[in-house]
Formats: sequence, C-alpha cells, structure tokens
Amino acid sequence: MALKSVKIPHRKNTKDAKPIRMDAPQLLYFSAVQHIGAPAKPTVKIGDEVKVGTLIFEAAGAISSPVYSSVSGKVKKIEDMLQSNGTYQQCIVIENDGQMTLDESIKAPEINDYESFVSAVFASGVVGLGGAGFPTAVKLDVKDVSRIEQIIINGAECEPYITSDTRTMLDRADDIAFGVELLKKYLGAKNIIFGIENNKSECIAEMKKIAGVEVKALPSIYPQGAEKVLVYNTTGKVIEEGKLPIDAGVIVINCTTLAAVASYVKTGLPLVEKCVTVDGSAVNEPKNVIVPIGTPVSAVFEFCGGFKEEPAKVIYGGPMMGVSIADMNVPVTKQTNALIALNEQDATPKKTTSCIRCGRCTNTCPFGLAPVAFAKALEQNDMEAMKHLHANLCMECGCCAYVCPAGIPLVQQNKMAKAALAAYLKKEKEEKK
Amino acid sequence: MARKLMISVSPHIKSPLTTQKIMLDVIIALIPALIASVYFFGLRALIVTLFCIGVSVVAQYLFELLCKRDIEVGDLSAVVTGMLLGFNLPVTIPLWQAAIGSVFAIIVVKELFGGIGHNFANPAITARIMMLLSFSGTMTNWARLEGAELVAGATPLAALKEGATKELPSLLDMFLGNIGGSLGETSALALIIGGIYLVARRVIKWHTPVCFVATVFVGSLLYSGFDVNFALYQILSGGLMLGAIFMATDYSTTPPTPLGKVVFGIGCGLITLVIRLWGTNPEGVSYAILLMNILAPYIVKLTRHKIFGAKKITKGGAAA
Repeated sequence: MALKSVKIPHRKNTKDAKPIRMDAPQLLYFSAVQHIGAPAKPTVKIGDEVKVGTLIFEAAGAISSPVYSSVSGKVKKIEDMLQSNGTYQQCIVIENDGQMTLDESIKAPEINDYESFVSAVFASGVVGLGGAGFPTAVKLDVKDVSRIEQIIINGAECEPYITSDTRTMLDRADDIAFGVELLKKYLGAKNIIFGIENNKSECIAEMKKIAGVEVKALPSIYPQGAEKVLVYNTTGKVIEEGKLPIDAGVIVINCTTLAAVASYVKTGLPLVEKCVTVDGSAVNEPKNVIVPIGTPVSAVFEFCGGFKEEPAKVIYGGPMMGVSIADMNVPVTKQTNALIALNEQDATPKKTTSCIRCGRCTNTCPFGLAPVAFAKALEQNDMEAMKHLHANLCMECGCCAYVCPAGIPLVQQNKMAKAALAAYLKKEKEEKK
Repeated sequence: MARKLMISVSPHIKSPLTTQKIMLDVIIALIPALIASVYFFGLRALIVTLFCIGVSVVAQYLFELLCKRDIEVGDLSAVVTGMLLGFNLPVTIPLWQAAIGSVFAIIVVKELFGGIGHNFANPAITARIMMLLSFSGTMTNWARLEGAELVAGATPLAALKEGATKELPSLLDMFLGNIGGSLGETSALALIIGGIYLVARRVIKWHTPVCFVATVFVGSLLYSGFDVNFALYQILSGGLMLGAIFMATDYSTTPPTPLGKVVFGIGCGLITLVIRLWGTNPEGVSYAILLMNILAPYIVKLTRHKIFGAKKITKGGAAA
C-alpha cells in the first residue's frame, strides 16, 4: 500500500545554477548548536588566533559534534546569540583576517577499519545535512555492522525550491562515488540504494554511473525524502514506533552528507562550508551559493543581489518544514540547505476559517494520523485518547496544513498535541516507578 | 530594517484551496440539475430555488450579526444549503413554507450548533423532514408540467409502493427526469453529471454515492427475486441520486475516511431499503441520511486510518 502524500509545486528554479563560492564576510558567528544533541563546548578564548579548519567547539558527549572555523582570524567574542530557531545559544564570533590560511594540522585521516572510520566521521564534524542535523558518526556507530542490510542514500530532495542536493549529485558525483566505496569497505554494505525523485533525471543518470549501487527513481511527491517514508518506498520496510532505521536493518544518509564525509576522508578538511540554495519571490538573483559556515544570512542574500522586493518572511530550510527567522543576522549553520525569502504576497497566510471536517488532513497524512482528532483531544485534555491517536508519530511534514481549505495551522496544533502527550507519558512513567 | 519579518510555524506555503472554492464547485455541480428542474417543472422551479438560497443567506447573515460572530456567508455554504433544500421541495410549495424551511435549516440545524463544520445533521435533509411533518399536504403535492400547465400526479415511488406498475413512466423518462417528484431530484442524468464533476474535482470521493446506490440496487434485486427492472426503478426514483451524491457526501455530517464512507453509504442504502420496502412511507432517503448522520461520530471512531508503524497500546499502559 502506498503512503499518502501531496503534490506540491516544485519550484526548482536553481537546479541548473552551479554553486558559486562566496567570500567570507568580516564577522562570522559559530553556534554551539548545529546538530541534534548536546551543545558543543568552546575550545578557544577571546583573542585566540584561528585558521581555516581550527577546532573551535569540541563535542560534548556521545551525541554531539565538533565545530571548526571556516576562516582565519581572531576570536572576538563568545556570547549567547539569537539562532534560527528562535533560541539563544552560545556563539563564537570570529573576525576574518581575509587570508583564509589553512590550519597546519589538517591532513587526511588514517583509516584502516570500521572503528577508525567512525571516529574519522566524528572528527569531520559532519551531521545530517538534509536539515535534521543528527550527528552522522552516531548514525554509523551501529556496533555490529552485520545488522546493516541496506544503506539508503537520500537524494529525494522533496522540498520546493531546494536544489543543493541536486547540485551535489551533479557536481560532486566523484565524492559520492568515493563515499559509496567507503561504506562498502568499512561498513560492509552490499546493498546501497539511491532514492531520487523522478523530477531529477540528470541526477538519476549521474548516480547510475556509480558501480554496484541501485538507483530508484521515486515519484516526485511530498514528503518522499522523509526518513520513514523513504525507507518504506525503497525497501518496503516499516520502521516501528520508537525504533530507529537500524532496527529494521537500514541506515539512511543524505547524499550531501555522504559527499561531505568522503571529502573529509580525502583531504582532512572538516565541514566548514555548505552549499545553500537561495531563492524565493523576494530574491533578486536566485542561485546556489557555497557559504562559509558562520556567515550571517543577510550577507548571503547580499551576495545574491539583495532583494527585489522587501522580504516579508525569510525561511531557513524549505517552505514545508523550514523555520521562519525573526532576524537576518542569524548565521548559516551546518544543516542550512536553503534560504528562502518570500515577498508580502507569498508570505501572507491563507485566512483561517472554520474547520469544515472535510477530512483532507487525515486523508493526506502519510502515516494516517488524524490532526482534527488531536485538536479535540487537546481541547478536552484527554491524553488517553491522544495516546490512541498516536500524536507522537507526527513528523510535522506539513501535508495536513498544506491541504487544509480552512487554512488552519495544523502543524502548530500537532506540535502542541505532541508536547502535551509527551508530558503526560513522562508523568505516567514516573508514577509507575 | 524597515519592517519586521513574519514568523509562523511551518509549512510556509499552502494549497490555494479554500472552503469557498469547494462550495463553489458544489454549486457548479448542482447547475445541471437546476437546468433540468426548470425544463421539467417550469420557471417556478428556479424561483423556488433562488428564494431558498436568498432566505438561507440572509438568515445566516442576520444570525451571525445578532450573535456578533464572524460573518461567514462568504464561504457560500448557505447558498449550497438553500439550493439543496429547494431541490427537495415540490415545485408547488408555497414560498412562505419554503422560507420557514430555509430558516430552520440554517439557524436551527446549522448555526445553533456553531455554524459550518459543527452541525451533526445535514441542514437541508433535516429541514425537508421537518417540512414533511409540518406541511405534509403541500410537501407531497407532486405536480408535473404538461404543456404550460402544472398537473397533479403521483411519484413513481408511490406507484411502485402500491404495485401500480402500469402507471410507471419509462426507464428513460426516469433517467432523464421527466417524472413527478421534488424539483431537483428527478433527473438522475443531471445529478450524475454533477457527481462526476465533484469526484473529478476531488471535492467528494466516490465511495458514499456508489455504495449507497449499489446497496439499494442489490437489495431491491434480492427483494424482488432478481427483477432488474424493479431495481432500476428503485435507484432512479425518489431522492436517491440527489441524496447519495449531494447530501450523504456532506463533510461535517459524514465520516472522512474512505472506509468510513463505505460504511456510511451501505448504512444509508440499507435504511432506505427498509423504509421503502417495508415502511409506510414511500420514500426513505432523507430519514436514512439523517439516521446515519447520528451514527457518523461512531463510524468515524471505528474507521480511522491504520497508523503507519504504530504500536498497539496495552490497556491502561503506555505504548509497550
């Protein structure tokens, strides 16, 4: 049975735009939180000299990731600053000396087995670059590699506008091919499957050139690239509630993530820059830009010729799951794959009217959830009902809110429902003890 | 920067579909039946329909104004309700009775429960039943246009009920709508065209109408010992097509999932059969839909989608 999905506009305007590397601005802002997990800890103090690739944040614990400077210069400040998600996080501010001197310590890592491969991935600072930011080393650290039946390379890129993964597949095919080799060599992966939406025929053709992999052309429907959806659509496997893909014998890696790992293994230069799609109705010259991590969003837009109209909303990521930012001084992080600036007309939300109980939300939810029932359970504070509705499984893909004719902010409601259910389950667990 | 940036939870793009566009599609889908009604019953059919629409819209506007609620008449749902109620009345209905029916549909059945999306019963159906009980004389005063004159006549259903099969019109007339009955219900052809339009526009799903009509057809076949003619007369007469396509597919009073719609459609069909074949009334479609409207919340609960990857919940415990 096929999972439900929605057809959304593709708007892949920049798919033919080869990424252009921008110069780093004078001041760069490196956040301690550029991944899922514990905030990283600073390893430099104010006044320290840094170079390109110098470690500035070390990983704090197992689920965390180190951060490296993308420029050479001096540490100017270390302070809490506003981030894209609206929270304040510790940031290291580096004043760029314009020299881009490479750190002397950079050299290709020595890898001879599975363990040393995983530690190299850890040291590379690479996290899930599709947008989730889960540390890649943690994902690959499955202890027993014989558990891996399939590795899926995610090239679906189902969000509108974004073409940074498309460009990776076209321009960095050799990195991806080398990454595939690494996976085969150190993870013993026999079954590597590329999942790519069929609106990217050039990418499909390019990836088919890689030896010993299977390339699956998937329908261009949203949310094809969501982990559970992609695993189901490529392997037919269902990832059960509370389980990880590896529990079903699967690892999913985004194609750009794989390229970043491969590039680190080749050169030893950690993740310090990121290809970002800049697009949207307010942007003067939409393009793909290779941005030094830490660059403020405003500088990236300036590089794209500024705005042709005053932006009413700026989205960090895709329009379906990205976050809208309040301040254009927030920096580009590892996971940033797109910056979308919308004009007044595109940003103005559909007027919210009464729910007409048409059922489009539940009939388009990929997982068959019932958002309207969540709202009712939330209103009545009936968490037993909420448990049976499995609100916790909502991945916030936004299909329900997209199709809602009444313009109800369903994802917002779902988030509240999930939070209420999580609090209830936590309390229930504590009471049991 | 001159202005502040807009902040909201994702998604940041939405489909262009609105409630108003959906209702407009329903109105468009009802136009063939409206044209057929004018053709078979004369200009008064149009007058009655427009009158019901007008009263419905004004009633909703005034009620919302009085209650200081948001004025929602712009969503066109009152137009649909008025149109459907008009279709459920005989062409000879006195306008003051039509006015009472419209006000009842909008205020008592819909607005008192909270307006669009909150009513548990279909406004037009409930108003038709109310009128049938209150004005049983005029509500069953079936008349047809013959030449330029309206003449009284029985509906095919009444004739079927009495076993007067010789008085039945031809199946072709039944299909086209050249028969006695409520003004918008007689032309199966026009209603089916509207239904196909709604399915093609994804406003409704096929499940309810198909299951409803199929249940009545199969049930009639079994009842009559496989008399195909009898079964065809059953599905082409009365308010079945109008009810199955336009009223049993109303969003707020029917289940949302395909499985729920199948259950709802079959349920409507069974109740219709029971009333038509064994009851004292010749017609049972409106009662069937109303009864199923009442059952809908339970059907909704029992026919939710299977949740992808969900674990069974042990009673009283957390997800195991």
